Amino acid sequence: MDSKTQPNPDQNFPRLSNIGLSGILVSFSDVLSEAANRAALAFRAHLEVATWDGIEETTTSLTSVYVGFDPKYISHATMEKDLQDLLKSRNWLLSELPQKRKLWRVPTVFGGEFGPQLDEAAELAQMTVQDAVMQLSNSPVQVLTIGYAPGQPYLGTLGEHWNIPRQTALTAKVPAGALVVAIRQLVLFTADSPTGWRHIGQTGFRGFRPQSDTPFPLRPGDEVIFDAIDAEKYANLAVQDSSGNFGATWEEIQ
Amino acid sequence: MSALIIRRAGPALSVQDKGRIGYMVQGLSRGGAADRLALAEGAVLLGQSGDFAALEMPGFGGVFEVTQDTRIALTGAPMTASIDGEPLLWNATHRVAAGQQLTIGAPLRGLYGYLHVGGGFATDPVMGSRAAHLTARVGNAVVAGMSLPIGNDENADQADVKLPMNERFQGGILRITPSAQTARFSKAERARFEATEFTRSPRGNRQGVQLDFEGAPFTAAQQLHILSEIIVPGDIQMTGDGVPFILLPECQTTGGYPRIATVVPQDQPLAAQAPTGARLRFQFIKLKEGLETLRSEAQILADLKRTLQPLVRDPRDIRDLLSYQMISGVTAGHDE
Repeated sequence: MDSKTQPNPDQNFPRLSNIGLSGILVSFSDVLSEAANRAALAFRAHLEVATWDGIEETTTSLTSVYVGFDPKYISHATMEKDLQDLLKSRNWLLSELPQKRKLWRVPTVFGGEFGPQLDEAAELAQMTVQDAVMQLSNSPVQVLTIGYAPGQPYLGTLGEHWNIPRQTALTAKVPAGALVVAIRQLVLFTADSPTGWRHIGQTGFRGFRPQSDTPFPLRPGDEVIFDAIDAEKYANLAVQDSSGNFGATWEEIQ
Repeated sequence: MSALIIRRAGPALSVQDKGRIGYMVQGLSRGGAADRLALAEGAVLLGQSGDFAALEMPGFGGVFEVTQDTRIALTGAPMTASIDGEPLLWNATHRVAAGQQLTIGAPLRGLYGYLHVGGGFATDPVMGSRAAHLTARVGNAVVAGMSLPIGNDENADQADVKLPMNERFQGGILRITPSAQTARFSKAERARFEATEFTRSPRGNRQGVQLDFEGAPFTAAQQLHILSEIIVPGDIQMTGDGVPFILLPECQTTGGYPRIATVVPQDQPLAAQAPTGARLRFQFIKLKEGLETLRSEAQILADLKRTLQPLVRDPRDIRDLLSYQMISGVTAGHDE
């Protein structure tokens, strides 16, 4: 067994908990791990195919699956037992990533006015700004989940150095396309938004395209490389590409 | 097709129905009417489906006309309302003739008023719903100059009716159930949360409302390092500086700030309708007790139907209207 498929040793997981009166959260870990992320994606995929009576909606977070159901139709006790049985039916931590994944390359300006908190983030990660940009722009990160806002990806997992906290105070607004960092993850904002994460770079990529045939271009499991470009090239892209890709390209991962 | 013409509009008017189910996985929250009970009240008053869309009016209505004679119902936060200067009873149906002017002003209590039409608004659905989700840039606000198409009213001959006001417009006690992250708050912190009197801050919209309070910030274990987790409407999120937000239908679908509890669906209209400065308190109840409060939509509609009364233009209604106006000091005519 290679390190990638090492099961999570935490005996408290998987764990069920309630969210509101009509939701159960199936959590595979409370710390980010690729195995727990793959488990969550695979567990939800199974529920979507199985279409249990009473389930109204399912979704994933980084390491959990949310099961929304009608408690008037199926009791919490029955739903919990069915979910426990499904959990025990196999080792979900050994699941594969979804098929037909894409590798995206997204042109990104790091630092300066396009990423005003890059210096601060690098300092928290205990590295030079140069090394930070090198690390963040050279290796692919995986779309772990889509959430917060339509089409908005959480990406990771960054190295342990990047386990930097969120800010205590919210930044009032970062623009659409902003790349932000905290707790070993990146988020690529799809709309102007307040955030507690640190703004380190800027892209023109649109993760939500309401008028398009493919309104949600990114899927969990896709990988992204944030290619570092300079401000001048960014300005040129703005003129050349109004598709929402803003110079981004993709190929299927074989 | 008949239509509602918007002559003047308050800020952020929008068409709302029950919202969209099935898009959380793409990051799109359910959305829909901030006060779901008001949506049901409109359906029962007009004798039509609970799926129909209404016009949501946060904090102010507008001036409206219709292209053909139309039945309307007014629900949610009671607002000053009149047809050609004739004051209207809230939580009741009325008839607007083509050429008449329907004027809806500021709320007397609460925040979100609703204008329903017989046949419902027949705007084009997007992803299975007519609800604007302005936070997600789905749909548009309704502004002056627009016309909203109206569906065919199958009960056009129904006599006018009214419903008793279900008071939920001035704050109060919100029942909450424990959620996935409740245990991250210490027992003492949870007890303090229940003992604290909050006021609805001026900061709020369809995403959520901030609560003000006296005392230390509320904190959870390791709160700046918690993994982003699923959010549902009604969740009470503690931001990094320890201030609670009650999240509403246009909330984000995931978030990293810990949630101390979730407001039960029955009390969510009260949370949404609390105007700035309204006092709010929280009371933990067990899941089992929460489930006992849960009513299906069919039950809610059936319960409301039993309380329907004929609208008789009698002196009692006139007295109601007078008392509305005395509370507010606002008359039906107004300037923006």
